[in-house]
Amino acid sequence: MKECKAFCGTAEQEQKLKAVIEESRSTPGCLMHILQEAQGIYGFLPIEVQKIIAEGLGISLSEVYGVVTFYSQFSLNPKGKHRISVCLGTACYVKGSDKLLEELEKQLNIKCGECTPDGLFSIDSCRCVGACGLAPVVMIDEDVYGKLTPEMVKGILDKYREEQA
Amino acid sequence: MNKMVNLKINGIPVTVPEGTTILQAARQAHIEIPTLCFLKDVSRVGSCRMCVVEATGARGLVAACVYPVAEGMEVRTNTDKCRQSRKMTLELILSKHKKKCLSCERNRSCELQRLSLGYDVDEDRFKGEDFNLPPDESTPYIIRDNDKCINCMRCVAACKKQHVNAIGPIGRGFNVHIGSAFDRPLSESPCVGCGQCIVDCPVGALSEKSNIDEVWEALSDSTKKVIFFTAPSVRATLGEAFRMPVGTNVEGKMVAAIRRLNPHAVFNMDVTADLTIMEEASELINRIKTNKPMPMFTSCCPAWVKFVEQTYPEMIPNLSTCKSPQQMFGALLKTYWCEKNGVDPKNLYVVSVIPCTAKKYECGREEMKGDVDAAITTRELARMIKTAGIKFAELEDEEFDNPFAIATGAGAIFGATGGVMEAALRTAAHMMDGSFEVLDFFAVRGSNPIKEATYLVAGHTIRVAVASGLDNARKIVESIKSGEKKYDFVEIMSCPGGCVNGGGQPTRSDAVRNSVELKEARAKALYTADCGNEIRRSADSPAMDLLYNDYLGFPNSHKAHEILHTTYKPNKII
Repeated sequence: MKECKAFCGTAEQEQKLKAVIEESRSTPGCLMHILQEAQGIYGFLPIEVQKIIAEGLGISLSEVYGVVTFYSQFSLNPKGKHRISVCLGTACYVKGSDKLLEELEKQLNIKCGECTPDGLFSIDSCRCVGACGLAPVVMIDEDVYGKLTPEMVKGILDKYREEQA
Repeated sequence: MNKMVNLKINGIPVTVPEGTTILQAARQAHIEIPTLCFLKDVSRVGSCRMCVVEATGARGLVAACVYPVAEGMEVRTNTDKCRQSRKMTLELILSKHKKKCLSCERNRSCELQRLSLGYDVDEDRFKGEDFNLPPDESTPYIIRDNDKCINCMRCVAACKKQHVNAIGPIGRGFNVHIGSAFDRPLSESPCVGCGQCIVDCPVGALSEKSNIDEVWEALSDSTKKVIFFTAPSVRATLGEAFRMPVGTNVEGKMVAAIRRLNPHAVFNMDVTADLTIMEEASELINRIKTNKPMPMFTSCCPAWVKFVEQTYPEMIPNLSTCKSPQQMFGALLKTYWCEKNGVDPKNLYVVSVIPCTAKKYECGREEMKGDVDAAITTRELARMIKTAGIKFAELEDEEFDNPFAIATGAGAIFGATGGVMEAALRTAAHMMDGSFEVLDFFAVRGSNPIKEATYLVAGHTIRVAVASGLDNARKIVESIKSGEKKYDFVEIMSCPGGCVNGGGQPTRSDAVRNSVELKEARAKALYTADCGNEIRRSADSPAMDLLYNDYLGFPNSHKAHEILHTTYKPNKII
């Protein structure tokens, strides 16, 4: 996968976003909806995307950024090919999922909310995936890994790395 | 006519129009309800919970600043429940407030401090986590210390009112903090430096970037000749820092106080306000006669100039090329004054005292760097006077030094919205028609946000507009761009009400602002000075005769252009 540190949105994505803005700009409170759509189109909300939205709605970038940072569902960072989600809900947390998160951050050398430079993995935290019986739980894409210990983390990551290679 | 509502506040009957808030109604009953996030004309979000009161018909305590009155309502503002709630609110705010009160610029003028004292709080009751964020010192004019910020949002409201929107709340919960988009430094935001956020901040989270230390250093350097000059509005506000009533003209004491700091001379910036008028009026007449881009915009407000460069670069040709009075003065001192007095400009240190934070940015602009060495606000001057142990209120009046002592009434009114316009009209009309003797242009006076007038002079119709506050400036520019309005001359001041309400003026609490219209009371002091001045037209000033005969030649001469005019350039921001 090619390294993608700088924003590399396509003209097609921009066109799509502008259509969404045009369609909903007259609706009061449309910013949330547009941000959701924009995240759907780009996968995350970098400054370039937020600028298009601010200009399109005639509001300031600081207002857009304020809303984006208020809601945890919005991401300022790109997501990896494989999205890792560590459950920090009550059950998983008491079973030590914070240690899993620490181990993942160490293994991948990124912080929660970030994406590896090669674009392969991103880490996020979530609250309860409804599998408390398997606590502590980590989800990678659609797969659920339960009853994990920090020692098991490397093996799981390697599986995805091998797939890639 | 609004329907009237009868209610009782602490047992006192009050009758107010429907829709009035409890806070407003209480003021009619001479009852003060404490506020923090509320600020008249600026912010009304009901988020800090300081103004909570008990009201019949409401569940629990309600925020008086936003809660409307109702017929038959009984309000209690001073019950145990209210006081306990307010105390708790204060203690929670203080749990993450950096309590460096002793050295804080707002010590003794801090609204949080005043309330904490009144409610007998324990500032360490909740040992909260600290933010420990480094202060944002990226601009030459504002310092933001978020460790002192209480998230009242008044600065955000001020910035929004200006339609600049450089700052906003970022994040959520404990991590909420005020900053620019993408947490970038303020210098990379659309901020124009008007400083309204500073005068609206209840605590010490926002302050000007002080240049006091450099000025002290220059004053104690025997190789340096230090010259102070003071902007028109400073005389109308400096007294407030010494507990004098709003609108007291302290020109004489101000000069006396500065003289006691031992500079080489104290000059009157009104002189270069007059000079600005000579140059600007001539430029206007020249533009009218030669079909140059119209309307012409005033350029004395550096925040407005920055705003145009950032937001409306296509309007740059409409900005007057005149430097502001501050920059004209600096430039004249480093050329004319140095030549006349045989002083090497390197050894001259020029300090301007201004009501403004953007002027700190202006004197560092590439085009004019070095004309003015330090720009200090009214607040900074007050601090210097206090540090020097000068008993301000007891000083005898003194006069400015020659040759920059005598100015006209036209120069004095520069400090209020409409003042530059009126001053320019007095001279421009007289230049165009020698028999034109009108000196009072009432239509452009007053603190209305937008004022318009049309004058017929020497066969020319001159359409003028005056706006203060950048929200109104934006309205004017948009109406010009759309072709809806046509003007010949437009005065814009970034701060609502003009420089008397500038970002460098003494900060006043909501309690004061509610009893006095600051803008109007301060402006009145300037118009009174204008009326009392024998010379009210810049062109009639003996100082202008001297400057033009002795040095500059005539208005808009080659030499005047070299020294007194400047250029602008588009500035794209994120």
